[in-house]
Amino acid sequence: MAELRDLYQEVILEHSKAPRNYREPAGTNHKAEGYNPLCGDRFTVYLEMDGDSIRDIGFQGAGCAISKASASMMTQSVKGKTKAEAEKIFHRFHELVTGHSQGQEAELGKLAVFSGVSEFPMRVKCATLAWHTLEAALEGKQEKVSTE
Amino acid sequence: MSAVAAVPIRKAGSFDLARIREDFPILRMKARGHDLVYLDNAATSQKPQAVIDAIVQYYESGNANIHRGVHYLSEKATEEFEVGRRAVQRFINAAHVKEIVFVRGTTEAINLAAQTFGRTQVGAGDEVLVTAMEHHSNIVPWQMICQEKGAKLRVAPINDQGELLLDEFEQLLGPRTKLAAIGHVSNALGTVNPVKRMIAMAHARGVPVLVDGAQAAPHMQIDVQDLDCEFYALSGHKMYGPTGIGVLYGKAALLEAMPPYQGGGDMIRSVTWEKTIYNSIPYKFEAGTPDMAGVAGLKAAIEYMNGIGVEQIGAHEHDLLEYATRVVGSLPGVRLVGTAAEKAGVLSFVLEDVHPHDIGTILDQQGIAVRTGHHCAQPVMDRFGIPATVRASFAVYNTRAEVDALARGIGRVLEVFG
Repeated sequence: MAELRDLYQEVILEHSKAPRNYREPAGTNHKAEGYNPLCGDRFTVYLEMDGDSIRDIGFQGAGCAISKASASMMTQSVKGKTKAEAEKIFHRFHELVTGHSQGQEAELGKLAVFSGVSEFPMRVKCATLAWHTLEAALEGKQEKVSTE
Repeated sequence: MSAVAAVPIRKAGSFDLARIREDFPILRMKARGHDLVYLDNAATSQKPQAVIDAIVQYYESGNANIHRGVHYLSEKATEEFEVGRRAVQRFINAAHVKEIVFVRGTTEAINLAAQTFGRTQVGAGDEVLVTAMEHHSNIVPWQMICQEKGAKLRVAPINDQGELLLDEFEQLLGPRTKLAAIGHVSNALGTVNPVKRMIAMAHARGVPVLVDGAQAAPHMQIDVQDLDCEFYALSGHKMYGPTGIGVLYGKAALLEAMPPYQGGGDMIRSVTWEKTIYNSIPYKFEAGTPDMAGVAGLKAAIEYMNGIGVEQIGAHEHDLLEYATRVVGSLPGVRLVGTAAEKAGVLSFVLEDVHPHDIGTILDQQGIAVRTGHHCAQPVMDRFGIPATVRASFAVYNTRAEVDALARGIGRVLEVFG
């Protein structure tokens, strides 16, 4: 049962119960909606962009513990970052949860708690839903993002 | 503790659960280091050795293309295929063997009906009536036809228990209703619909009825003549048979009047550049080389079910469902979704503050296979205001010990999320 605790780390459970930045920032000028049709997870990511920088970020929606905690911690990790920096973090995060990490997890900081996801291939989409949605919001895409 | 080791041996007539479990090789396997507790039978059931053997035997000593060759093997394969059709005819008590059309499964059966009967019978301003508890496969084919024809899809509502509102269903049967397409048993809620009464209501207004029997055929005796439905669809793989084979039953007069579904070999009588004459029913609807091994497996599955007794199977599953409803339903935080008075084989539930997907992962780590998600019935989830449920669904080989394992597994979920 050790693997279960690897997936459901305390930090993840805590974020899923009390997600951070769970709001629509007043200055939102970019947003996107993400949907995982397999499990019904659905999130909206809101961005207040200042030129190329993420001045503020929030999210709302419903999903499993993994997807919600991932969204919550994502908002903390990319706030104040540039578009390119945020995309680089997503790239590293994606490597981490799919088990393709190149030893650069240190760059991820707290997000490293999601390393256990790589042992649960069915849950990778949960962990990356908010990130895909963020990417769409950054690029100003209008259509809904789907994991399928 | 091993869930499987604690199999109680029931002696209700000839019903011997321990022996039944031995018939299913996959039940001996381990999942994530635990005895497999397979409670995802509404998605697909496991297969007994007899079905696996029938498929192997077909390929080892019976394989040839049917209705084509004059040679020994082709004659033998053709005969076996038609014997399989007769087995299905008896299984659902159809009046004629030609009323049994082999298809890939329930989804294809409904699409066939929609694209042939639907396309010729439904016109602009007409209506097709379904219920609020349908599987997507009994919604989308009708939506497609309605969209194409400018017709309207009407939906008979359900109550908070997941039971159809019969009065509303009856009122929705109007002068423009060309067909009622109704589920016999709901895959997401387990509700058993009073289809015989519904069919009588529809017929009183001259409306033909298609019954989606995917979730009913594994659990109860189907008698299409007693029901008097125009169409009945079922899947082999949900009733211990192989994947890729299913049945559309249709009343002969309707099948004869319907245009073909797909064009190709076997569905024709003669082809010239000027004109093609279609084959008689059911072959008119069976273009191309069919799933002969699938029919051999389906026939074996029917024999297997008959060997135990369909009523005995249903009674055992009903006992399990009542037990699970009691045991799981009384766990803290559990809310059952679908509490109809008449149910079969399905226990759907949600857990306060824990998403079904997380529950599914934690149960899986204990070797317990359940389905989590919307069960291809998103309108049902919307009706109950939830994104998904956890669904445990039962088959003849499940045990009370496995229900106990499920309850312990949910206990573990509560620990992790406590």
